[in-house]
Amino acid sequence: MPFIELDSLLKVVVAGLVLGAGLPALFALGVRLAAGRTVPVGVEADGARLTTDGAIVRVERPTRWRRAGAVLCFAVVVLAVAAGITFVASGGH
Amino acid sequence: MDTVTETLLLVLVVVTALAFDFTNGFHDTGNAMATSIATRALKPKTAVALSAVLNMVGAFLSLAVAATIAKGLVDANVITLEVILAGLVGGITWNLITWLLGLPSSSSHALIGGVVGSVLAAVGTSGVLWTGVIAKVLLPALFAPVVAIGVASVGTWAVARLTRGVPEGTSTRAFRWGQVGSASLVSLAHGTNDAQKSMGIILLALIAAGAVPADSGVPFWVILACASFMALGTYLGGWRIIRTLGKGLVEIDTRQGMAAETSSAAVILMSGLFGYSLSTTHVATGSILGSGVGMPGATVRWGLAGRMLAAWGLTLPAAGIVGAACYGLQHLIGGAAGTVVVFGVLVATSAAIWVASRRKPVDANNVNDEWDGDQVAAGTLPETASDDATAARPVQASGPVTVSVPSGGAPGVPGTHGAASTARRRRRQRAGV
Repeated sequence: MPFIELDSLLKVVVAGLVLGAGLPALFALGVRLAAGRTVPVGVEADGARLTTDGAIVRVERPTRWRRAGAVLCFAVVVLAVAAGITFVASGGH
Repeated sequence: MDTVTETLLLVLVVVTALAFDFTNGFHDTGNAMATSIATRALKPKTAVALSAVLNMVGAFLSLAVAATIAKGLVDANVITLEVILAGLVGGITWNLITWLLGLPSSSSHALIGGVVGSVLAAVGTSGVLWTGVIAKVLLPALFAPVVAIGVASVGTWAVARLTRGVPEGTSTRAFRWGQVGSASLVSLAHGTNDAQKSMGIILLALIAAGAVPADSGVPFWVILACASFMALGTYLGGWRIIRTLGKGLVEIDTRQGMAAETSSAAVILMSGLFGYSLSTTHVATGSILGSGVGMPGATVRWGLAGRMLAAWGLTLPAAGIVGAACYGLQHLIGGAAGTVVVFGVLVATSAAIWVASRRKPVDANNVNDEWDGDQVAAGTLPETASDDATAARPVQASGPVTVSVPSGGAPGVPGTHGAASTARRRRRQRAGV
């Protein structure tokens, strides 16, 4: 037996990256799209809100396309999670 | 061995295996739920209850693995009830010590260490398959955190980049959901994986004692008992470890929490799929570190992470020494008396560790207090924490509890609120929003 099963390890890394980093990114994209377009404004402006990176913005309602995109992102994430549960249930590991 | 002794031994092994299962549960609650508790996506009690239920469900979900944990690591022919008992005591002892110190460490490694130690004491080096130990236990322990740090940092970076400009409230609300979902998946996977290890051990003991035929499946009462004990352990929550994972390593927000838990779930499930088994604890800890690495502006407490790595390096030898010592003790006294004495030592050690933990209790109420670890850590555990920072190795004179740990290995004592106000909080105050 080789000490390092490089082949399996590599597969874990690649699949782990695609799912483990890709799904959060997709979810984040969904959040981004659903949140609507933001316009930088001054602190005193109506509806001013603080963003995650410390900017002050006003949020415009998301367009239909943005909302559709967001739904698509979330749907893929939910499907992936369902697949994960099925995998666990089928005794895949 | 007469029937009475044999039966007594079997009963004690089953009870000890369930006790191990219990410590496995509370030791690993943090892997799934620490980030959700730290970001307040879930109330502490809700989080551990959810995790307990999902662990229970997971334990019933699949019985594909219920094989022996020591397969390919020790010679199957040398496994006797005495060896199993001593190994379990080694695993439990290490689990409890690391819990007392608030250090996450792999329960499976503790168990493997204990069994390898007791096999060494029983038949010498010939009983251990060293290639297997290196390839299946030691090297994966090195790779797991590296892979997890990589995946989680890429994920966190991408998430942070994509959510730039999203209002903070919106982001927090959305990622709370994502966080709870991903943490649930980790809990489920844990229940499926880890409860089966205890089931496998009990089955092994039952077969070794001739109580069930060699080709028997796992009896239902074993499944039920293992699932219940793991769920109970999970529900009681290893708050000390949850605190270290959620507050100690990285100050975490919901985006990081979600990225970390998804990374954990993906790496754990994929490692199962491709047959390269990685420890849940190592992956989860690595993912949390990665969420600090990938987040612009976040600080990672690498000193604490280093102490954790040292504990992982110690897991196998330390649990092994306890396992070997217990086997020796058992053999020295012999018969039923030996078994009872070893069991008594386990009970006494556990009680002593529990009493020690009550000095600075960590529970659902103070689990999220400001982390102030490095200043107070040395005073937390006067008996075990040594001033010698290089003492990261087991003490040669080996009793079950005299395993030395690096100084400051203890978690910060909650209750001492530092002036750790984050840049964002200050900015928010300035902006008045």
